[in-house]
Amino acid sequence: MFWKAVYVICLRDIRRFFREKSQIIGSIARPALWLAIMGTGFNTVFRSPDAGNYAQFLFPGIIGMTVLFTSVFSAVSVIWDRQFGFLREMLVAPVSRTSIAVGKTLSGCFQSMIQGSIIMVLSFIVDVTLTPLIIIKVLAIIFLISFALTSLGLLIASRMVSFEGFNLIMNFLVMPMFLMSGAFFPISGLPAWMKSIVAVNPLSYGVDALRGVILGIHEHALATDILFLAGFAIIMTAVAVTAFNKAE
Amino acid sequence: MIRTVDLCKYFDGVKAVDGVSFSVDKGEIFGFLGPNGAGKTTTINILCTLLTPTSGEAQVNGYDVTKNPSEVRKSIGLIFQEPSLDDRLTAEENLDFHGIIYDVPKDIRTERKKELLEMVDLWERRKNVVKTYSGGMKRRLEIARGLLHRPTVLFLDEPTLGLDPQTRNHIWKYINKLREDQGITIFMTTHYMDEAENCDRIAIIDYGKLVALDTPDNLKRLVGGDVITIRTTDDEKAEKEIGEQYNLNVRRDEAGIHLEIENSEEFIPQFISSFSTKINSIHLRRPTLDDVFLKLTGHEIRTEEASARDRMRMRMRGGH
Ligand SMILES: Nc1ncnc2c1ncn2[C@@H]1O[C@H](COP(=O)(O)OP(=O)(O)OP(=O)(O)O)[C@@H](O)[C@H]1O
Ligand SMILES: [Mg+2]
Repeated sequence: MFWKAVYVICLRDIRRFFREKSQIIGSIARPALWLAIMGTGFNTVFRSPDAGNYAQFLFPGIIGMTVLFTSVFSAVSVIWDRQFGFLREMLVAPVSRTSIAVGKTLSGCFQSMIQGSIIMVLSFIVDVTLTPLIIIKVLAIIFLISFALTSLGLLIASRMVSFEGFNLIMNFLVMPMFLMSGAFFPISGLPAWMKSIVAVNPLSYGVDALRGVILGIHEHALATDILFLAGFAIIMTAVAVTAFNKAE
Repeated sequence: MIRTVDLCKYFDGVKAVDGVSFSVDKGEIFGFLGPNGAGKTTTINILCTLLTPTSGEAQVNGYDVTKNPSEVRKSIGLIFQEPSLDDRLTAEENLDFHGIIYDVPKDIRTERKKELLEMVDLWERRKNVVKTYSGGMKRRLEIARGLLHRPTVLFLDEPTLGLDPQTRNHIWKYINKLREDQGITIFMTTHYMDEAENCDRIAIIDYGKLVALDTPDNLKRLVGGDVITIRTTDDEKAEKEIGEQYNLNVRRDEAGIHLEIENSEEFIPQFISSFSTKINSIHLRRPTLDDVFLKLTGHEIRTEEASARDRMRMRMRGGH
């Protein structure tokens, strides 16, 4: 029953995902625009000894950014479900809350992997070559990042009954996470206070791992990134599941 | 099948459910009748494990709702008062979601889906996204969904609100058939009096408290016989005259003077011949649950919004 619930929750989200034509177009157009405009715009001022041009440096960062937004939005869709009543349909079903939380988390991961794949198709824009092995590694890292971030989102969503808190989360959690992840600039030259934020930001480990796998440039060893992400994901899932079980 | 003992639920200061005890037998259709804010939905939410009671006990299908919520959830089906469909999915996808999460095997699911969608007249529209449905169509789909897994106990929170009489009939027929075939127990809330008359027994709830619990017929018997409404040229004077001459339950409002009386057939001719005030009209009808409600609580069930708010405020003040 546990996996059936997980399956049907993922199935529903994926169906909704593909039904929203504007969302699919957006998920192709947004990264393409970022890469084309930002990549070209900052190329002239970007100097880094080991990264080639800025557009290439940015490419893994855009994957990270997309995974962040997809994960958070997928998790906070629980608030929408609560508002429009569908959550009740899930909560009175004879399945555990844990299975609902796990279903939601995995569905966030799948959506992130689909979005990530779309961006990988766009790699030709920035002239990055992806071998099948790199693609598999990237998908695995996306899964891990998304697992961590969706659980975080779910934890927040289980505490929130209205949309009011949503802006707060976007402004004070998602945006800082996004800006201070090393997605846009190398973190090595940053002042100490910023570095300490980057050091606790799970997304910076995700972006670092992606950049390491795709371009071969990294701050930490891949194992460090993976360990941090996995640790964060496990703790967050545990906390989120507990919170979800307690919510009315 | 359902049993509550002294069930209470307080929301900071509001006594939504205030010491409710009742039990419902297997195969019974049990109605909860009461005005807006009486505590009907709150009671259902406790029984279906969505809310934990402040105090008291509740059991469904032999399982305690707080100690054994998962067994309770396995036994029940729900049709919520408020919308609970995914409107980005089609009717069929909504039913599939439900069928899978309730573990209905695929072949049975397919068969029942057709049967139910035909019953609520949505088979043709099954591939349409729910967003494109009218309010009544959504309601019908929710009813079909609630029946898909054949629950032992079915909770219906104002199930046929906003549905046309023909659809209501259809749904009641189907529900009655389920009861005959499978002995399904039904707990429903309503503030439609005519719908309440479908029930085997009715509990009347007001301000979170039960004020009566009996069969519709027995409840109607609480009202002293038939209800006669008289309009005269001078209602005030007429009321006084009736008060002096007969030992009756008299009530006056804009609609006229209302009397409750046992043998109205004999009473009316005698009344007319002996009455001195000029009578404009006499109206006679059998008692309804409306009258019962009025009698028991002193107010009409269909309270307007303003007065509902007053009641809210009153209760806030009266609360702890
Ligand atoms: N979550 C909540 N928080 C605070 N008060 C609540 C909550 N839910 C219900 N109430 C209050 O409890 C009382 C009973 O509400 P309930 O929804 O049970 O009424 P009802 O009988 O279902 O009414 P209706 O016929 O309008 O559906 C109301 O005064 C309502 O304001
Ligand atoms: Mg209600």
